[in-house]
Amino acid sequence: MIEIKNLHAHVEGDGTEILKGIDLTINAGEIHAIMGPNGSGKSTLSKIIAGNPEYEVTEGSIVFERDFKKIDILELEPEERARMGIFMAFQYPVEVPGVTTSLFLRTAFNEVCKAHGVDEMDALDFNEYLKSKMAMLDMDDKFINRPVNVDFSGGEKKRNEILQMAVLNPMFNVLDETDSGLDIDSMRIVADGVNKLKNDNNAFLVITHYQRLLNYIVPDYVHILHDGKIIRSEGKELALQVEEKGYDWLLS
Amino acid sequence: MIKPSDEKILNEKTIEENQLSRREYQYGFTTDIEMDRIPKGLNEETIRLISEKKNEPEWMLEWRLKAYKHWLTLKEPTWPNFEYGPIDYQGISYYTAPKNKPKLDSLDDADPELIKTFERLGIPLTEQKRLAGVAVDAVFDSVSVGTTHTKELEKVGVIFCSISEAIQNHPELVKKYLGAVVPYSDNFFAALNSAVFSDGSFCYIPKGVTCPLELSTYFRINAAESGQFERTLIIAEEGSYVSYLEGCTAPMRDENQLHAAVVEILTLDNAEVKYSTVQNWYAGDKEGKGGVYNFVTKRGKCEGANSKISWTQVEAGSAITWKYPSVILKGDNSIGEFYSVALTSHKMEADTGTKMIHIGKNTSSTIVSKGISTDESNNSYRGLVKFLPSAENSRNYSQCDSMLVGNKCSANTFPYIEANNPTATLEHEASTSKINAEQLFYLTSRGLDLEQAISLVINGFCKEVFKELPLEFATEAVKLLEMKLEGSVG
Repeated sequence: MIEIKNLHAHVEGDGTEILKGIDLTINAGEIHAIMGPNGSGKSTLSKIIAGNPEYEVTEGSIVFERDFKKIDILELEPEERARMGIFMAFQYPVEVPGVTTSLFLRTAFNEVCKAHGVDEMDALDFNEYLKSKMAMLDMDDKFINRPVNVDFSGGEKKRNEILQMAVLNPMFNVLDETDSGLDIDSMRIVADGVNKLKNDNNAFLVITHYQRLLNYIVPDYVHILHDGKIIRSEGKELALQVEEKGYDWLLS
Repeated sequence: MIKPSDEKILNEKTIEENQLSRREYQYGFTTDIEMDRIPKGLNEETIRLISEKKNEPEWMLEWRLKAYKHWLTLKEPTWPNFEYGPIDYQGISYYTAPKNKPKLDSLDDADPELIKTFERLGIPLTEQKRLAGVAVDAVFDSVSVGTTHTKELEKVGVIFCSISEAIQNHPELVKKYLGAVVPYSDNFFAALNSAVFSDGSFCYIPKGVTCPLELSTYFRINAAESGQFERTLIIAEEGSYVSYLEGCTAPMRDENQLHAAVVEILTLDNAEVKYSTVQNWYAGDKEGKGGVYNFVTKRGKCEGANSKISWTQVEAGSAITWKYPSVILKGDNSIGEFYSVALTSHKMEADTGTKMIHIGKNTSSTIVSKGISTDESNNSYRGLVKFLPSAENSRNYSQCDSMLVGNKCSANTFPYIEANNPTATLEHEASTSKINAEQLFYLTSRGLDLEQAISLVINGFCKEVFKELPLEFATEAVKLLEMKLEGSVG
């Protein structure tokens, strides 16, 4: 579904290279985890996949495959990537005062519909659709009537990210340290949501510092990122080893 | 003063590139029409000439002359938070009117150029095309060229006409109320207006009547080197209600044009007036050349108990906006409201806000001000909340929010509070925020394009004000802001 080749990148306007040649292939139906110490480039990778303009890619490619078409997404705007089915759950979801979560979700949903030539939904129909998604995720949150992420608790913010994922129904999902700042109950709700959304046609890239999230979202592959490079790729057991021994033994 | 400096929002190059593509002011056209205009300059003769052209009664001329003499003793104020080149009051023509002014009851016979002009502005005036549900008084340069729906309004006793007609047909009302809220001696520009005002709208809502239509005045400045000095007077008798809308545009000209209007509103017991403005005067080009000086005195007086005056304004045009729509809360339990969105772009300046003067018992006022500054513009909120010793148990809530777009603009807040009654309650909240790259990335990564993302953020920011506008006006206001912001973030 997505093929990252020899990806090099740095912060726009700052020459220090953060990603130093990433290769990663993820197929439909798979869950991959990326782990690594602070500053290894984990979040940078997720932001580049989503198209954050703060980063500049100097080399390499990210090819996304959909409907038998292969597209290098690096030239695309964030909204074009989103409409194609790429989604990133933010580590720090952003506040949008005065805009209700439901209006935001409907606007985004209709943009995706438009891009695929599907009729847009009116407020009433969308409300039903939204309710069905919330029921599926076991969320009875009232936060959909509140401004996007304003005064949300840490758990609400992350649940909102998963709800957006459920509503937009993307193909390739990146979870950028979704577990950071979450208590165990919220983490379970988030993980359950991901497990419900997962199917044979979509794929997940879970970026995390700690192993504990991977107890709930069980990956097919675990990659260790260090200093802008993937230094090791194995099955889910690798995460347990990191939990036990830390990162140092991998770095030496 | 808050100036964004080091924070990385956008790089300047992108801003400038985008500005090139920003949509032109779409109302900047001029109408080629034969005009009756008096020579430039201002003296007693000018005032006599205006009064004569309008065939005014003697008392009106005397009032004008008193105002003029008072004006001569005043100095132009210099306290606002902006500077402007000297205004040559002798370089302005104080009366410019289309030659073929239509007769009162035959707008269909008006100069087709005029009808076309207003149609281009989205204000159809002819019988067949006029807007349903809204009565419009169309003011072109110095005069009202026509008022729609007058007959329908007459049935319920509502008088809605140009102020010139009111002076002729309802002199007792004009004499009684003109200057009752804004006396000619009020300030420099109000005195000037009182001396030379050429037209404007007059509304009288009789006792117990809820006006069945929205009343609206559309102001259009067309002629060069002319000023527009209109005067609007709204009187709401006991238990009456009216919603009044005001819109304004002007052609693109390199010289600045002066617009010094006066609006007076008076509400008696249990009456309510809702006054909404969408101001889109030409703002000058991006170098700051040309544009309208919008120096306006707007004031309402809640004379009666339980009466209410509400100002809602969306200020998106003018090179300089300088006005403080205010409410004097004299009647017990009266309510004053001010909801404002002021957007400045390029090199525009705005120094706007309100005054809430609490005199009666249990009076309350609400101020919600949203300032959006982009490019190199400067946007100030200035407001006074005053409680007189008589204002027992009165309260004010003020909220002043500023949003900065880009890193060369500035926003300022000047709140003045005078509380002379210990039972008064005051709440003041202020915030400054920015449209930042992180916010826009978040929204675009969900499938919204940049313009949609910006408009969502701005609409969210202005929500409390937009919801006060009549529906059609709210849509227009949103579109106007989107157009003005196009390309300023990105």
